[in-house]
Amino acid sequence: MDILTSLMGGFLVALEPLNLGLAVLGVVVGLFVGAMPGLGSVNGVAILLPFTFVIQSMTGSATSPMIFLAAIYYGAMYGGAISSITLGIPGASTAVATTFDGRPLALKGQADRALVTAAVASFIGGTIANVLFTAFAPPLASVALKFGDPEIFALMLLAFATFVGLGGDDIPKTIFSICIGLVLATVGFDIVSGEPRLIFFDITGFSHGVRFLVLAIGVYGIGEMIWTVNSSRYGSTMSEVNVSFSRVLASIRKFHEAWKGTLIGSFLGFFVGILPAAGATPGSLMSYGVAKMTSRNPEEYGKGSVDGIAAPEAANNAASTGAMLPMMTLGIPGSPTTAVLLAGMVIWGLQPGPLLFTTQPDFVWPLIGSFYVSNIVALLVNLAFIPLFLWMLRMPFTILAPLIFVLSLVGTFAAYQNMFDVWLMVLVGIAAFFLRLLDYPLAPAVLAIVLGPIAEPKLRQSLLFSDGDFSIFFTRPIAGPITIIAIILILLPMFRLIRRKIRGNITT
Amino acid sequence: MRKAEIVTAIVLAILSLYFMWKSGEPPAWNPDAGRFANVGIIDGEGPGSGFWPFCLSFVMFLSCCWIMVNWFRGTSAPSQSTEPFLDAYGRKMLLLVGGGLLGFLVMIEIAGFYGAIFLFMIYYMYVLGRHSVVQTLSIATALPVISFFFFDVAMRIVLPKGYMEPLFIPLYDIFL
Repeated sequence: MDILTSLMGGFLVALEPLNLGLAVLGVVVGLFVGAMPGLGSVNGVAILLPFTFVIQSMTGSATSPMIFLAAIYYGAMYGGAISSITLGIPGASTAVATTFDGRPLALKGQADRALVTAAVASFIGGTIANVLFTAFAPPLASVALKFGDPEIFALMLLAFATFVGLGGDDIPKTIFSICIGLVLATVGFDIVSGEPRLIFFDITGFSHGVRFLVLAIGVYGIGEMIWTVNSSRYGSTMSEVNVSFSRVLASIRKFHEAWKGTLIGSFLGFFVGILPAAGATPGSLMSYGVAKMTSRNPEEYGKGSVDGIAAPEAANNAASTGAMLPMMTLGIPGSPTTAVLLAGMVIWGLQPGPLLFTTQPDFVWPLIGSFYVSNIVALLVNLAFIPLFLWMLRMPFTILAPLIFVLSLVGTFAAYQNMFDVWLMVLVGIAAFFLRLLDYPLAPAVLAIVLGPIAEPKLRQSLLFSDGDFSIFFTRPIAGPITIIAIILILLPMFRLIRRKIRGNITT
Repeated sequence: MRKAEIVTAIVLAILSLYFMWKSGEPPAWNPDAGRFANVGIIDGEGPGSGFWPFCLSFVMFLSCCWIMVNWFRGTSAPSQSTEPFLDAYGRKMLLLVGGGLLGFLVMIEIAGFYGAIFLFMIYYMYVLGRHSVVQTLSIATALPVISFFFFDVAMRIVLPKGYMEPLFIPLYDIFL
């Protein structure tokens, strides 16, 4: 009852004209920042943080600036899907998994359905996460703390294992793709010893590492576009899309087909989001993997499955709320964006931690109320803009292709302000085109470069803790079952092969 | 396609061996440390800095060997294919589009991002896409202008201007 009363009070503050206006503005800004390749919620929140000091000085409280930044965060989570679906370039790392099925569905002429599925799944994911956040914030924060290094590494292993066991692609090529992504993630300075690693051909540009966006934009922006140019043989439009409100409504009516992916993404995304140093990107990738693993039709994934769009989109929104939980209750940010938000809270004079809910209820409850409000605003703004997003797909390919090339180059530079990365991204794109011709799956490499920087320190810290004994991944109550499931998944293709051989022998 | 499959697998296997070699490289400030001293588990320190990339590169090498075995057995799709890896159109397209992209990169160093965007759009839309002059010029002009206001002015991300930097100084005075 206390929670409901506090939440109602929070809603009243969140719906005040100024706060509502800031939420709408934040969502719109976030939507565009998220849709722009190379820029994500962290860029939007970081760039606009100084403006919030003006808002704070005007209102005299930290609530309004925090509502504004949280709305940008939300909007960016919705926006990331737009360029993933319409252009095939992930707007942010959190939307990589959306590209796997969003893009193929758009190419089938159902971009409207893909966008509606992404928007509604994001809304449901965000709402479920908000309810979980409201009801269980303090106990969930303590559960998340039980996930130590071995448990988080086991989760990462599970994410990779789903690609091997259920990917449906050539297995050695999938394993190669995962490993090369993980190796590329280690380029640069070792965060534990400080030693330089894998500085290829002693080119100094590699000393700051091979960044995620270089690989993601190279593969999905440049490589995908060259491949499309090669296969479409010029002249055609990207896909035949009719822009009409009735089609959007029809897509909303069909959303029930994506309920399973949405629920998996909502709960898993929220929980992964809570884990320290995890965040929305691993959350969305893992949800995609689990949705595929539990699907009756895993072969449809990668070809335009609506569940394959709903799971990562619900997850990244749920994870963005989940990541707020350790930030507010423990003072531990779960993602780079929440790290910036945490900095903002400290600058505004708040002390995030276990006492925040009791000492600062005037800040906490309006903020939670604004999560619900921003979520509704983001859904409405997103649905309203769908005709504009679809219009992009109706452009002649000879205009759209150079636009995507330009966006890829500008986006990569904007993200890292380094021309070496831009050159590397183009070279990666050309290499990706050749590998794609030979059926090398490239999505696992992108997944690996995102999860690699999280997985390696967790593995090393676990082995340091166990004196190099690998049984630590099997003997702990949470890590053990996850590791065993991951190993079974990795061995699944071998079981299938043996079964096929036995059946073949019986038939003979 | 069949030939490309085995050539690629061999190239990637060599690349994996190179990654393994690089993983074991001692740091420049400690030349006395032996190569591959960092790829094992060090007492009291846990895995060395080369442990993770070395193991992964080794798995990469094994997967390349597996791809080669599949090629010899003819079990993978490209190893059974009789189609050319890239036909005449594919080669021409790669030259025109890939070459255009590399030209774009070179032009960024000379004319900056905005000048290069203008030239690349003209190349792609007018030369390759055969769009009208008016359509080409309107998009080729609008795109750098919108990009300038979005990146330099709104997001405060200054894109390189190359030799065109002096032309932007009056704009900085007005907008920044």
